[in-house]
Amino acid sequence: MATDADAVGSEHEPEPGTDPLLSVRGLRKQFGGIVAVDGATFDVEAGSLTGLIGPNGAGKSTTFDLITGVQRPDAGSVVFDGADVTTYRADRLAREGLVRTFQIARELSEMTVLENVMLAPRDQLGESLWRSVTPGARADVIDQETALREEAWETLEFLELEHLATEYAGNLSGGQRKLLELARVLMTDPTMVLLDEPLAGVNPTLETKLLERIHALRDRGLTFLLVEHDMDVIMNHCDPVIVLHQGTVLTQGSPSEVREDERVLEAYLGGEVDG
Amino acid sequence: MSDGPDRPAGQSRRGAAADRLRAFVSVSDARLLLVFAVALYGLFTLVSVVLGYNFNGIVDTLRRITFLSAIYAVLVLALNVQWGYAGLFNIGVAGFMAIGVYTMGMLSSPTTNTFPGLGLPLPIGILGGVLAATVLGLLAALPALRLRGDYLAIVTLAMAEIVRRTYRSPVFQEFSLGSVQLGTGGSRGMNLPENPIRTLFYQNPTEVGSPPNALGNVLFDTAAAIGIQPSVVEGWVYALGLVIVVGGVYWLLQRVGHSPFGRVLKAIREDEVVARALGKDTRAFKIKAFALGCALMGLAGILWRLSGGYVSTTMFQPIYTFYVFVALIIGGAGSTTGSVIGGAVFASLLFEGPNFVRRIVTGYVDVGAAPNTLFDAVAALGSLDVTPLVAYSLSDVNVSALRLVLLGVVLIYLIQNRPEGLLGHRKEVASPIDLTDRDAREGDS
Repeated sequence: MATDADAVGSEHEPEPGTDPLLSVRGLRKQFGGIVAVDGATFDVEAGSLTGLIGPNGAGKSTTFDLITGVQRPDAGSVVFDGADVTTYRADRLAREGLVRTFQIARELSEMTVLENVMLAPRDQLGESLWRSVTPGARADVIDQETALREEAWETLEFLELEHLATEYAGNLSGGQRKLLELARVLMTDPTMVLLDEPLAGVNPTLETKLLERIHALRDRGLTFLLVEHDMDVIMNHCDPVIVLHQGTVLTQGSPSEVREDERVLEAYLGGEVDG
Repeated sequence: MSDGPDRPAGQSRRGAAADRLRAFVSVSDARLLLVFAVALYGLFTLVSVVLGYNFNGIVDTLRRITFLSAIYAVLVLALNVQWGYAGLFNIGVAGFMAIGVYTMGMLSSPTTNTFPGLGLPLPIGILGGVLAATVLGLLAALPALRLRGDYLAIVTLAMAEIVRRTYRSPVFQEFSLGSVQLGTGGSRGMNLPENPIRTLFYQNPTEVGSPPNALGNVLFDTAAAIGIQPSVVEGWVYALGLVIVVGGVYWLLQRVGHSPFGRVLKAIREDEVVARALGKDTRAFKIKAFALGCALMGLAGILWRLSGGYVSTTMFQPIYTFYVFVALIIGGAGSTTGSVIGGAVFASLLFEGPNFVRRIVTGYVDVGAAPNTLFDAVAALGSLDVTPLVAYSLSDVNVSALRLVLLGVVLIYLIQNRPEGLLGHRKEVASPIDLTDRDAREGDS
């Protein structure tokens, strides 16, 4: 795995001079007296599988929420694909191609797996009320829906979920729900995906499968930012790795650089860090 | 209970018949609704016969059941869009009905009425009423949908009461807008445009003693031959018109439910954060669904009162909102077919049922004079005499209280034993095409 990841990393070295796909500058969020994110600044290059790690309370999830428009930052900016998206709400960001998954899988349990997946695509004709009821226009809706159904089946096959297509999402196992989240996100045809602990609660077999799929997708040109507790996963699969500590970026670099950084070790062991 | 060989022959025959019925019904919702309607009509025909009604009376009972069931069906269908599909908690249903009716009345009532309207043609009045309900829905939804669900509930309840009290206010009893005289009648209520069915059948629809026109003559004569009075014929034509409206609304909402639009609504009900994270502008979807529901509530209100030709604010007390919710809970939130059945079950069995029970009991058993107060009725229980309590419950004034008791019992039973309602367990897949079959070409069209 390690060699595989290293090879992948060298192929996708950010070219100097190109703008990063996602650029986070001085992001800050305060909850009462607690500063959850305190001036976090980092870039994510297009086509990379960037890892975001940090001890508990480092502000990883809040950073995610701030980037994806779930919460508004008190200060700082988020630039995605050349546009300032700091004030965009979650739905607008998703339509711009920046989509996230959730730490705890949020499947729509009363809907089938296919319904879950077919909810996701952007710009569906049938999402307009009049088109879905007017006889002539509904024919177009049905055509598009038939095409989407095929696309949904293919996505499910890619993630090896097709045998569960007509099952209600609420009946899926924890790991299958994570796969379903990924399938849903893929159906939005994203440019960049933020994965919030995609491997939490996933058994080792499924974990390998999920990681394989993520690599395959990255090879197709998707950009990933991945938050994960499991150090091994981050060190073996992500490059570069960003270390967050007390709401700020402690260091960032290749897995080996980060691994050798003493400040990272100290942060994880709970020591105070200066600088 | 058991399927053992010792089961009596009669029971197994009954079981087989039930199985056949279940198989017949499970093929399509149309069959289910048909069987349900036949059963309901059968029951009320039986009740009417027991009560000794003549043929005209039986037909009139069935008319009343049809009328109320259809009105409630439209109301429940409307609430189902809001609450069943999108999880929007609207407890101001009565208010949206009221604004529909009053707007229609003020637009289309004759200028010669005590409380005059503008005298515009009825279709314009109906359209105006539906639009007014839609706009009020938008007004209520725009600020409230930004907040959590409970706030929408509070806003809608308040809105409904504001509407009712505004129409009741003496200020608007009679007022003039420039040179135009208008009036809501305040606490006295207002007369509405003539029942449109009368214009179909009478030469001079606005006059009480008007002779029927050619169509009216043919219909009334035919009906008279089998002993049915003209008023019952009129009522039936109106009720059948309503059934057609229910059919139309049902068709419309089936399409809404089985579409990507309906899928987003379902996702919002399940987890709005997910819908937003997937790029859906959930506020726009919620506002559209809410406005659609409010428009249909306005329409239901109009169709309800237009048959009586009169409206007053007491008809829009908050309790009516509660009735619609009960009907939806019975039918099963989220199911279009369930909404129709829930509306009909509520209107015929729970709303009208107690009246028939009262008539049957008082017709066959002499329960004596009812005591004046509940206290007297309950006190008699001390001497193990239940008759006073029965008589008290069944007296004319108290039958609506009996209805509420019945509602309470039914609700408690449902929530304990079948919280998903009659058809709420059927999770309808929100797509215009068959998702289970990957290669099926077309869904409906």
